[in-house]
Amino acid sequence: MSETKKNSGILTGRSFKFGDDISTDLIAPGRLFHLRSNLPELAKHVLEDADPEFAGKVKPGDFVVGGRNFGLGSSREHAPLIMKMAGVGAVLAKSFARIFFRNSINVGLPVLICDTDKIDEGDILEIDLKKGTIDNKTKNLVLQFSPLPEVMIKILNDGGLVNHITKNKGFNL
Amino acid sequence: MNTQRRIKAVKSRKLKVKTEVILDKTISEKIISEHTGRELKAGDIAIVNVDLVMSQDGTGPLAVSHVRRMGFDRIKNPEKSIFFIDHASPSPRKELSNSHIVLRDFAAQTGAIISDAGKGVCHQILAESYTCPGDIVLGGDSHTCTSGALGAFATGMGSTDIAVGYALASTWMMVPSTIKVNFKRRINKGVFAKDLIIYLIGKITSDGATYMALEFGGEVGSILSMDERFTISNMAVEAGAKTGIFPSDGITKEYLKSQGRENCFRELSADKGVKYEEVIDIDCSLIEPMVSQPHTVDNALPVRNLEKIMIDQVFIGTCTNGRLSDLKIAADILKGKKVAGGTRLIVVPASKDIYLEALRTGILETFMDSGAIVESPGCGPCVGIHQGILGDGEVCLSTQNRNFKGRMGNPNSFIYLCSPATAAWSAVRGYIADPREVLL
Ligand code: SF4
Repeated sequence: MSETKKNSGILTGRSFKFGDDISTDLIAPGRLFHLRSNLPELAKHVLEDADPEFAGKVKPGDFVVGGRNFGLGSSREHAPLIMKMAGVGAVLAKSFARIFFRNSINVGLPVLICDTDKIDEGDILEIDLKKGTIDNKTKNLVLQFSPLPEVMIKILNDGGLVNHITKNKGFNL
Repeated sequence: MNTQRRIKAVKSRKLKVKTEVILDKTISEKIISEHTGRELKAGDIAIVNVDLVMSQDGTGPLAVSHVRRMGFDRIKNPEKSIFFIDHASPSPRKELSNSHIVLRDFAAQTGAIISDAGKGVCHQILAESYTCPGDIVLGGDSHTCTSGALGAFATGMGSTDIAVGYALASTWMMVPSTIKVNFKRRINKGVFAKDLIIYLIGKITSDGATYMALEFGGEVGSILSMDERFTISNMAVEAGAKTGIFPSDGITKEYLKSQGRENCFRELSADKGVKYEEVIDIDCSLIEPMVSQPHTVDNALPVRNLEKIMIDQVFIGTCTNGRLSDLKIAADILKGKKVAGGTRLIVVPASKDIYLEALRTGILETFMDSGAIVESPGCGPCVGIHQGILGDGEVCLSTQNRNFKGRMGNPNSFIYLCSPATAAWSAVRGYIADPREVLL
């Protein structure tokens, strides 16, 4: 039911709703530290301590929708990375913790700041990354998200920071 | 931003007087400007050269793989690039042992520094041996802000940014706006730096300083010891801050001298006329011993207001409170007493040097006499990998910086945060207890 039309900048999927303060310990727990060298395996446990069923339910292109201060805590990039590997198309939240936000852009996972009170579990969303809109098809409601800083758009467009640096042999921001 | 401009007469080399516009700057603005050669203010984005880059055994292996993916076989500043083996040290499982091999091999190949198992927690070792006032420090660990206590701009990043930092010794960053926190009046007996920072985070919440720098001062702030400053800077990220910075002053200088690094001292403070994004005045005389209740750091409350919470485990250690003065405060309380039946006390000195000094001065003996378990220097049970994982329904009182659900290895357990004094006295009582019962 979900699909991702990457090149058009349009993402479509279902919403999975989480609360405030979703920490990186809930996304990629320290007790699974030994799986960091086996990311596909770690991805099977994504968000496990917030919702043990999530990894089994999420389909490619679906969205994780949080509240305030999403991704607080550890600097572990494994958190956005395994969300991306599990198929999460974008993360939407009222606000993000700084390191998580930066890590997400670096690994090429869109992170969007918007009023997530207007989205419920299971809502079908169509996100236009270029226009900056989130069309909540279920509720027949269009939300705006705050535009990313120019620097981050460049990194995201290059497919993450590793690709940006490889392509430009250094920073070209 | 609110930065004030003033015109200052500046003498050029030839002693001719000319005028130029000088911006009054926060400490962060000063440091970042220096590293770009441009006059930057909050909100500006710049590519900056960095002085130190580090990662640990949880974030380092991914950084190494990114460096390789970018096609670098050398790194820019190997003598300023450090890999710490501290989170899972000594390794409890073969997968982690293999990750350690990745780091050792990469360090050997590139000339980077390896701080191997047993040396201690990354932030403590940076403080003891590497960070200098005015440095920009990038760390693949969120508590890199600890080094801010030395007047450095130190901030946590993920493995990709760290990989680029290793490869190029530079990064992009936005100059943060600054919240000035003035710790005022005086600290009461039984109250410590940890109580101050828990109180502050309770007040401004877990995202109260997101994207911003915290700059600490005030009459109490300016007389805090370096150990106390490290505790406070360490937890800046728990309010979402990019860094938590102290001016570098005489106390900083003494500390560097004690580490044999006096030559890297320089005085650094904000300009007098600087306008902060916000100024928060904290009357420390109103602060009591504090705890953070499960599962967020900003869920703060004075110990006195807690109901009787029985504890299964007490943990004294970490980059927040595993320093010598912390261990001494705890040992002084435990001397001649026993840890309560049904409660276990785990003590982990933050570094080998601290461990040795605690050994020499009888502190470790006091702990062991009281019934405590003393473990090797490192992160210990802080991040739920080994050495003290909680059982279902168990309650831990810890001097660490984070009490998120699952943090200590089990999502069905409960973590309270406090100072070493509260931890030690509670270990004797078997429930969370106010250290003023014994310290007054
Ligand atoms: S002691 Fe805890 S908070 Fe500090 S670096 Fe180690 S795991 Fe992180």
